[in-house]
Amino acid sequence: MMILGLYNYWIVVALMMIGLYIVIAQGNLVKKIVGLNIFQTSVFIFYISLSKVDGGTAPILAEGISLYSNPLPHVLILTAIVVSLATTALGLALVVRIKEAYGSIEEEKIQMKDDQEC
Amino acid sequence: MLAHLPVLQVLLPLMAAPLCLFLRRPYLVWIFTLIVSGLAFLISISLLQQVMVSGTLVYEMGGWSGPWGIEYRIDKLSAFLLLIITAMSTVILLAAQTSIQKEIPENRQIYFYILYLFSFTGMLGIVSTGDVFNVFVFLEISSLSAYALIALGKDRRALWAAYQYLIMGTIGATFILIGIGLMYQMTGTLNMDDLARRLPEVAQTRTVFAAFAFFIVGVCLKLALFPLHLWLPNAYAYAPSIVTAFLAATATKVAVYLLIRFTFSVFDLSFSFTALPLQTLFVILGLIGIFVASTAAIYQKNVKHLFAYSSIAQVGYMIVGYSIGTTMGLMATLLHLFNHALMKSALFLALGAVMYRIGSVQLSSFHGLGRQMPFTMAAIVAGGLSLIGVPLTVGFVSKWYLVLAAIENGWWPVAVLILLGSLLAIIYVWRIVEVAYFKEPVAGTDGVREAPMALLMPVWLLVGANIYFGVDTRFSVDMAQAAARSLFGVSP
Repeated sequence: MMILGLYNYWIVVALMMIGLYIVIAQGNLVKKIVGLNIFQTSVFIFYISLSKVDGGTAPILAEGISLYSNPLPHVLILTAIVVSLATTALGLALVVRIKEAYGSIEEEKIQMKDDQEC
Repeated sequence: MLAHLPVLQVLLPLMAAPLCLFLRRPYLVWIFTLIVSGLAFLISISLLQQVMVSGTLVYEMGGWSGPWGIEYRIDKLSAFLLLIITAMSTVILLAAQTSIQKEIPENRQIYFYILYLFSFTGMLGIVSTGDVFNVFVFLEISSLSAYALIALGKDRRALWAAYQYLIMGTIGATFILIGIGLMYQMTGTLNMDDLARRLPEVAQTRTVFAAFAFFIVGVCLKLALFPLHLWLPNAYAYAPSIVTAFLAATATKVAVYLLIRFTFSVFDLSFSFTALPLQTLFVILGLIGIFVASTAAIYQKNVKHLFAYSSIAQVGYMIVGYSIGTTMGLMATLLHLFNHALMKSALFLALGAVMYRIGSVQLSSFHGLGRQMPFTMAAIVAGGLSLIGVPLTVGFVSKWYLVLAAIENGWWPVAVLILLGSLLAIIYVWRIVEVAYFKEPVAGTDGVREAPMALLMPVWLLVGANIYFGVDTRFSVDMAQAAARSLFGVSP
């Protein structure tokens, strides 16, 4: 039951590892950013999961309800999503300029061109 | 007005950044940015005075008291850091317009100042805030603008360096976010003060250990501790000179501040040094960092690369001081924080002057510069001597306290290794001196003249500070001591 009851967290860990693996293993710069996004998304799910209170409802004031889930992590994650969006936008903008300057978005080829210059 | 200074410190550059767009002309924007940075500097002086007189300042955002509201909390450590950041930023900005005219196309110059102000805001925010989630947000504000600033470099490798920094920096920041989330899960609070009170109750759980581990790894990525330093050399080497000077003087310092703040104030020290074998880990990584980075610096062909590697080595010294775990050790770290900011900003600004005249900072283009640009080269030599730790410079003061702290703790081998590490610094500084003073100028560079006053003045201001604070150590030592003591809970 322990394993099933905490399945959110298993998903979080799985996504986190998948994301991190993509960032490290992929040579394509766009794929790296996709990996980074998956990695960050896992953290968002983690925050949202921990805000859930057993038996609690959405935090809206209503009659006859006294148990609410915690709304704060949602707000925090809204901020974190904006940050992640900005990071992705900046990352992709850099990839566009790297493509213009190097003619490639493969890590190996870029590294090769840099090594030739040195 | 006076009561609102802690928040004005952060808000001023934040509000100023978008206003730059209305000024349109780069020259006006420069004056404006300089004024804003200067005002921030004055505020930080006033904050420092208030903190020294009346103790920790707590500013409740919107009148909501903590732990529900967000507080800004300025204690001696924060005030000291605020002073370093604003002072460095102001001096570096004096040289900014002259330097970026050569390095950044005119249509991007305004954006440079906007990004600079955002990065500045982020760093001030990290240091002022008393809320751990705010730390993450400000960290990202300063990092995102730093990535863009680095990408403004002329060389196409600047783009690649910025991209790599973005990937590494984001992973680091996300690790910090995970750490914060786990802390929140266990305690239900984000306020640092409140966390410090509630964490001990749950300190022996695996979740808190995980939170701590995630946080430490994230911060170590940001401060470029030895195995996690790979983003730094290229980012510093290919960024515009002003950006390098600014980041070298402030960015890693802010990360060191975060490490100290969390291990001393949020988690208490006994937890921090027992949860992970942090002391052993840091002293080993710090020492390896000093030797590997200093050795790497010796073999660099690009002088900016050389000093970037030396920055990693200097971070090693700070971490070693920190890991000694005594008031004296922490004091040495804080002192080195201040002193290293002075050295590296002087050196990188002087390199900016070389870049201005020659358009390159390859070691091969330094031939004969000692005669062609005597004042700039003298500044580089003075900065280099400070880096080595020659008496009468700030470098000596911090190394002295670092060695004393190691000996006081009975760590003889560490003290010896610190001194050996300084010998490596002699080699890489000597390589520059040799090329600049003992080689004939390359043919076709007869027209190279001394750098303009606008660049020389801030460089020499910083070199002067290097020497002044190396002789009259009252201010820096007293401040570092007071901050270290307050963190250890010793009454001054």
